[in-house]
Amino acid sequence: MTNKNSHFVAPIEETPLLATDTLKTDQAPLSLWADAWRKLRRRPLFIISALLILALVVVALFPGLFSSVAPNEGCELANSEGGPTAGHPFGFTFQGCDIYSRVIHGTQASLSVGVLAVLCVLIVGVTFGALAGFYGGWLDIVLARLGDIFFALPLILGALVITQLPVFRQNKSVWTVVLVIAVLAWPQMARITRGAVIEVRNADFVTAARALGVSKFSALVRHVLPNALAPVIVLATLELGVFIVAEATLSFLGIGLPEGIMSWGHDIAAAQSSIRTKPEILLYPAAALSITVLSFIMLGDAVRDALDPKSRQR
Amino acid sequence: MRFTRTSKALGIVAVAALALTGCGAGGGSNNGASQSGGDPNKIITAYNNEPQHPLLPANTNEAYGSHVVELLFEGLRTYDPSGKPVNALADSIESSDAQNWTIKVKQGTKFTNGEPVTAKSFVDSWNYAANSKSLQANGFFFESIAGYDDVSAVTTEKSADGKTTTTPAPKADTMSGLAAPDDSTITVKLSQPEADWSLRLGYSAYFPLPSAALADPKTYGENPVGNGPYKFAKTGAWVHDQSISLVKNADYSGPREAKNGGVTFKFYTDPGPAYTDLQSDNLDVTDVLPSNALKTYVTDFPDRNAAKPVATDATLNIPPYNPNFQGEAGKLRRQALSYAINREEITKVVFNGTRKPAQAFAPPVIEGFKGDLAGSEVLKFDPAKAKDLWAQAEKIKPYDGSKPLQIASNTDGGHKEWIDAVANGFKNNLGIQAEIQPFAKFAEVLNLRKSQSLPGLTRAGWQADYPSLYNFLGPVWATGASSNYEQYSNPEFDKLLKEGLAAKSTGDANDKFNKAQEILFKDLPGLPLWDYTVPIVWSNNVVKAETGWNGAILYYNITAK
Amino acid sequence: MVRYILRRLLQVIPVFLGTTLLVYYMVFALPGDPISALFGDRQPPQSVIDTLRSQYHLDQPFWVQYGIFLQNLFTFNLGNDFTGQPIAATLARVFPVTAMLAVEALIIQAVFGVAFGVFAGLRRGSWFDSTVLVASLVVIAVPTFVLGFVFQLVFGVQLGWAKPTVGANADWGNLLLPAVVLGLVSFAYVLRLTRASVSESMNADYVRTATAKGLSRPRVVLAHILRNSLIPVVTYLGANLGGLMGGAIVTEGIFNVPGVGNKLYQAVLRSEGPTIVSIVSVLVLVFVVANLIVDLLYAWLDPRIRYDQ
Repeated sequence: MTNKNSHFVAPIEETPLLATDTLKTDQAPLSLWADAWRKLRRRPLFIISALLILALVVVALFPGLFSSVAPNEGCELANSEGGPTAGHPFGFTFQGCDIYSRVIHGTQASLSVGVLAVLCVLIVGVTFGALAGFYGGWLDIVLARLGDIFFALPLILGALVITQLPVFRQNKSVWTVVLVIAVLAWPQMARITRGAVIEVRNADFVTAARALGVSKFSALVRHVLPNALAPVIVLATLELGVFIVAEATLSFLGIGLPEGIMSWGHDIAAAQSSIRTKPEILLYPAAALSITVLSFIMLGDAVRDALDPKSRQR
Repeated sequence: MRFTRTSKALGIVAVAALALTGCGAGGGSNNGASQSGGDPNKIITAYNNEPQHPLLPANTNEAYGSHVVELLFEGLRTYDPSGKPVNALADSIESSDAQNWTIKVKQGTKFTNGEPVTAKSFVDSWNYAANSKSLQANGFFFESIAGYDDVSAVTTEKSADGKTTTTPAPKADTMSGLAAPDDSTITVKLSQPEADWSLRLGYSAYFPLPSAALADPKTYGENPVGNGPYKFAKTGAWVHDQSISLVKNADYSGPREAKNGGVTFKFYTDPGPAYTDLQSDNLDVTDVLPSNALKTYVTDFPDRNAAKPVATDATLNIPPYNPNFQGEAGKLRRQALSYAINREEITKVVFNGTRKPAQAFAPPVIEGFKGDLAGSEVLKFDPAKAKDLWAQAEKIKPYDGSKPLQIASNTDGGHKEWIDAVANGFKNNLGIQAEIQPFAKFAEVLNLRKSQSLPGLTRAGWQADYPSLYNFLGPVWATGASSNYEQYSNPEFDKLLKEGLAAKSTGDANDKFNKAQEILFKDLPGLPLWDYTVPIVWSNNVVKAETGWNGAILYYNITAK
Repeated sequence: MVRYILRRLLQVIPVFLGTTLLVYYMVFALPGDPISALFGDRQPPQSVIDTLRSQYHLDQPFWVQYGIFLQNLFTFNLGNDFTGQPIAATLARVFPVTAMLAVEALIIQAVFGVAFGVFAGLRRGSWFDSTVLVASLVVIAVPTFVLGFVFQLVFGVQLGWAKPTVGANADWGNLLLPAVVLGLVSFAYVLRLTRASVSESMNADYVRTATAKGLSRPRVVLAHILRNSLIPVVTYLGANLGGLMGGAIVTEGIFNVPGVGNKLYQAVLRSEGPTIVSIVSVLVLVFVVANLIVDLLYAWLDPRIRYDQ
């Protein structure tokens, strides 16, 4: 540092770095995910959404704690479309069942359908999309065209056929609906991932990583994917809600959850009977659905921010 | 409904064999005479859907096609709003022995292509319809005429894997008992005497076809030419999946003369949008309401609605092959189920009064109906009795409740609401699990019923082909009958039906049929639920609309404002 | 480039075969006899059913049926559906209607989704951003059959701004209301995808550079932020065009649109194999072309992306 002409920037003593920009040399650099987690747990958005989701999970696991009225029991037609009364804060459905109890007990199936279907779609869609986008060539052709084939399947036809498989014919469950949705929805996710990966794969930091000797696969996993996740997260959080509603449509057509399993989808579909006379009945399951989607959208936003090194807050 | 071979041995099968859903929109011209101030040239629009087959009368066995066919053609007879047959193209129908009939055809009427309607038109059309090669769904309407067996003959082959295939193999082209000695006379010889054979002459299968139809039925079915109160507005007036436009046939003179300039049938795959269109006067009349509008249609259409009881009922069938409902315990359980259904409340709350609790296995609009048959007390709602009977059955043989009691139904017909209510009634009053078994496709339910593999109960319904008690019993509950999918069989019941058919007077016949119903009440192969009324609404563009005996709108009688 | 496009178009063939085979097999696997279902509760004589079954080759094994379909296809003869209507005429009737609806819905969701998304992304956390979030939640949580019904009742019946149903009069004006309903759900996706990309690009170096160079704000937003944010949006829109062309069963049902969705739904319920496969065949072509356009747009939006490797 004796030759001052060899430096174009001011010596470090003259321009002290801000705390965030200082490289801490006394500890190993945090991994991307650990870094994200450190940022994440301080964000209020994350805390609120995590608490909401935790609450939903508790309701889903122990519905009995929140409602003393047994759901689907004692539905009296005499109470049809009745307003709120003591012990029945939301009133009654068309069939005279307690709405509050049904919404509480429907959480489990709806949340499971939404979360499981999104997970399946993420696993298949992101894997296929990332491989297709990153490697290109024949892999891209095969995977992308496979996606086209599934994309062209009409939802109702696929659903009819899958629910007719001998395995499902007599014992339809949450998994039947998850499978139907996953089989038909993964190409969308794959395509979004593929697009994002194609966009990132030529970025400078990927070239740099490759030049430093990082293998192609670990470049994909460690550098490309994390930077391509933003649209994936957006799509996944929105799809969560759309899938829960899709269950409503399937159940309404008689190819969704069996009657014995309560779900918001069933309730939303059944509220159609009352839409001209008592539209409020629809509001309760729809509100429960909105809260769920909102929590996941907020969570998604927070995670995305935490993963993006450029958008850190100063 | 089609009759099996065995039924041919019965006496007056006629009425039962008639299968039109939309048939008999006839008569009633005096009812509408008081309507005034209308514009007779305005075209009205009506709810309908795409007909399922080319528009040949003898191949039209569903409501959508029937609505159109009924307006395009005129037969020898037609039906007034109460279901009574009146002569239309027939001047006289006579027979001295109920086996040999002579029909005099009115002279001077024409098809809209100019071809005169003669006795030969009828004879040719009937021979065509009966021929098994023509593949007409309603060809069996002619089964009483001598020589029908030869014309409708089929061969049955059994392949190596045990599947049977039936192929048409007519042995003659014309029925030997049918002739047209001159332009104004039809002679008919039946294979055996049938006193009220002539009642069926108003059904659409008996409509006359012009010669062009027989030469090329497929092309003709796209642009049918008839002799009824309306005709196609132009070639290609049937725009598939969208509409069919009919205009008044000025040359028509008969009991059903059009009081408007034409009818345009708009096609809807769902009654919901049709209802909305009516609310904004984009559609003039509908006879199908969305189920969620049953509570609002009277307030949405004040002074523009009507509901009339029709000859249609609904039952909940209990397959005799279900082990839970067999033997003495099964009998008690069937009764318990019936007592556990609150028909009064369901018809009030779910249907808002557009259905009436059933009192028997046939609706009250049918002549000969009796409401207080022995055993009909099972139709009353009595939860205590239901519990008691169920408990008695438990002592004989325990109920297998490992799976909920399922009620099979297609989901596209607005049935879910009442099935849920019935299932809740079973749950609350019998303490068993019960639920709807929904199917997206009607074919699946039909398949399960035909193959005797229903896991639980099924809904069933019957719309009369013709207003007769027999029609509600024979085709549905007689041994081997075509719509007796659950294969209920009781020789005593069959015997009473036979005796009724052979009876000398209608009164005697109805006594036998009511006796037969008492057997049904004992056996309860199905639980009568309720009888239908058909609610209709109309727009501000028309004066009034009304329905005939079978619930079909009398389109020709509607006047535009 | 031309070679790339040609290669992509050639890939239509395996996709086409794969899809038709899969769909045909699915229809084949559906339970229930479509011919006897055609007659509903009132069954005709068995000879009528059997003869019709053999006319439509339904008595043949699967491979024979599929072979006959392919053979007919190569002679440009799609045959008749079970009600005796030529399928080619049906396709010619339903596809233009749905194409109009899809294009209209796509324009609505693209224009509004991108515009709102950019504003929300530029002003994250503002009241505008929050309002838009709540609005998109409503759209997601309220099922289409409710949304469509409410729109129909309010704009069609009560306000009388539009005809409540489309029916035989399918033109751009009449299709606007269903297009809005159809576009709304996807609008939420486009909006949130745009918002996410924009807020990410805002911090990118090239945007800072552009701003530092003194470029005007609109120019920075349009030329730098937006262009670089569009890849996920374009991908989504491309995929969605396919979905829209496949027909929105619920929306077309509510507004009585005589389009692909309505026809497909009826055909599936009636197990009309030939109709379903013919519709799906056309859809496959639409998908493949839409995907190709999307991939070409990638290269235009981001010059670093190349296909001629």
